Amino acid sequence: MAETAALARLMQGNEAIAEGALAAGARFFAGYPITPSTEIAEILAKKLPVLGGKFIQMEDEISSMAAVIGASLAGLKSLTATSGPGFSLKQENLGFAIMTEIPCVVVNVQRCGPSTGIPTATAQGDVMQARWGTHGDHPVIALTPASVQESYTLTVQAFNLSERFRTPVILLSEEVIGHCRERVVLPDISELKIIDRKKPPAGLARYNPYEPGADGVPPMANFCDGYRYHVTGLTHDESGGPTTDAEKAERLIKRLNNKVMDHLDEITMTESWMTEDAEIIVIAYGATSRSAKRAVKMAREVGIKAGLFRLITIWPFPVKEVTALCRQAHTIIFPELNLGQLIGEVERAARNETNVVGVNRVTGEMITPDEILNKIKSQVKVEQHAE
Amino acid sequence: MQNSAEKYLRTEKLPHIWCPGCGNGIVLGAMVRAFEKLGCDQDNTVIVSGIGCSSRAAGYMDFNTLHTTHGRALAFATGIKLARPEITVFVIMGDGDSSSIGGNHLIHAARRNIDLTAVIFNNSIYGMTGGQYSPLTPTGSRATTAPYSTIERPFDLPDLARAAGATYVARSTSYHAAMLTKLITAGATHKGFSLIEAITACPVSFGRRNKMGDGYDMLMWQKEHAVPVEKAKDKTPEEMRGKFLIGELYKTEAPEYTDLYNQLIRKSQMISREE
Ligand SMILES: Cc1ncc(C[n+]2csc(CCOP(=O)(O)OP(=O)(O)O)c2C)c(N)n1
Repeated sequence: MAETAALARLMQGNEAIAEGALAAGARFFAGYPITPSTEIAEILAKKLPVLGGKFIQMEDEISSMAAVIGASLAGLKSLTATSGPGFSLKQENLGFAIMTEIPCVVVNVQRCGPSTGIPTATAQGDVMQARWGTHGDHPVIALTPASVQESYTLTVQAFNLSERFRTPVILLSEEVIGHCRERVVLPDISELKIIDRKKPPAGLARYNPYEPGADGVPPMANFCDGYRYHVTGLTHDESGGPTTDAEKAERLIKRLNNKVMDHLDEITMTESWMTEDAEIIVIAYGATSRSAKRAVKMAREVGIKAGLFRLITIWPFPVKEVTALCRQAHTIIFPELNLGQLIGEVERAARNETNVVGVNRVTGEMITPDEILNKIKSQVKVEQHAE
Repeated sequence: MQNSAEKYLRTEKLPHIWCPGCGNGIVLGAMVRAFEKLGCDQDNTVIVSGIGCSSRAAGYMDFNTLHTTHGRALAFATGIKLARPEITVFVIMGDGDSSSIGGNHLIHAARRNIDLTAVIFNNSIYGMTGGQYSPLTPTGSRATTAPYSTIERPFDLPDLARAAGATYVARSTSYHAAMLTKLITAGATHKGFSLIEAITACPVSFGRRNKMGDGYDMLMWQKEHAVPVEKAKDKTPEEMRGKFLIGELYKTEAPEYTDLYNQLIRKSQMISREE
């Protein structure tokens, strides 16, 4: 215990992401400065070379994403970090990494948009862009930390999922978490569970880079580690060569999606608080979930059966879990720092059987507990008042 | 082609996708002969390419090959080279790929003097998309997007690369294929950012529209318009009008990026020990 306490520190969210990345084994960062994510680059510029790792400030976000993919293909765990406008620029190569199944982590510390917006103000406006920002049918894994501590653990988790499933993982932080300073307790690195990409066995007569294992994930040889192969963003067959064959195209796109959707048990992370008997459930993610927790607590204090369900993984959207809650509660309250983006997924899960109400804000400020509490109160059924 | 050079090709992927008369195969051949001269280790060499007809060349080469997004090949290559400096990296791009959508990456790779060998297949046009003008299309040429002929001035790619900091710059043509092999070999041996422009013919999307004849006529055009640097010295500006230089155009020594980065690693470790 004493040892762990020694590792307790006051830390900024962005710093926790940098530390988490190093702990996960990241040894390559490429990026372009942008508020409110820049601290991640600054910290890694200092720390990576000391560990023999590489940091490069590229000419823009497009090339940063490209360099990260190249470095990962060469065998280094790699990440980039950005915000709104930079996240937009990364989309094409993000799709390339998904299509070519090259693991990497993309951090987006969300800020107020659209366009340049309010660079120093917080938002949750990129959740749909994270899902559908790059073109075509593709899977996405996106995680949303709600604290500095979680910025650390989820960065490690993001690398693990990315290596496990050979797909980029998006860590969607927010300005208010990235710049918040809180006490964190860093685990001993030796206690962390670290996952590395599965490699093909040595000495194969022929290595097919896109021949999946039973789990749909193809073992990955790093470039220049013994197997020679082709990587292309064109639709390709299992040998890696381009194809326009309809059947092969369908097989690839379905496998890319299924390798993620078939393993939701490994990917979906949620947290319930006082939901067992709840009649009104607040579902929230990221920093907004902290206001939501406070609101639920205040609601309980005045006798309202409220509960909180926190989404940690937002993509793939936890449909099963949310559908179950929708059956249990008469009302779902869904606060988010945008005009209502992820709420569409909740409504889809509710299938019109439950009342789903949003609480929204686009002022660059957080949603307050009172705003959520007021919404909870407004939804209390009259009979419950009488109790 | 000699058998010893053939080992650098994925012969099972042939025939290639290029049109009859296209010069890309000659440039590919020149590259493969350079690999042979260099004795390239196939397991320790990466070929990165962008998007376009020319970038398909990577798929025919038996190395670790990475066919990326339009214009971004150099940025992917930068990631690979910085991650593992011991890997030899060649980059294949088209004229639009390298100088339009990828122009920014080109000047920055040159500025960093990172040890990459870039071979640019310049067919004066956007081939893959069917003949739109590129930043290297000569003024006054016709293209599908320049039905009244282009009013834009082209880049001189070697000049651009040199100004941006490239330390080896050369140009040849598909007619001067042996010279091209020599220049690619020299560029690859050179430590730092090397750019070799290979003038090649696109009879289908450029030649036809500009009344330049077929693939053979276009090769002859290259023969008549290219002037080796050594010979240019004796020519008057009058004689050089409408002609272009080929050969080794510029070569200098400068610290290479990944070498500098390794020094930076040692420096950072020393400072962190002191702290
Ligand atoms: C982002 C993006 N924009 C546009 C395209 C369409 N596109 C494919 S190849 C190409 C131009 C290719 O011309 P060039 O680079 O000169 O190479 P060539 O085909 O002539 O060898 C374009 C515009 C694309 N693939 N990606």
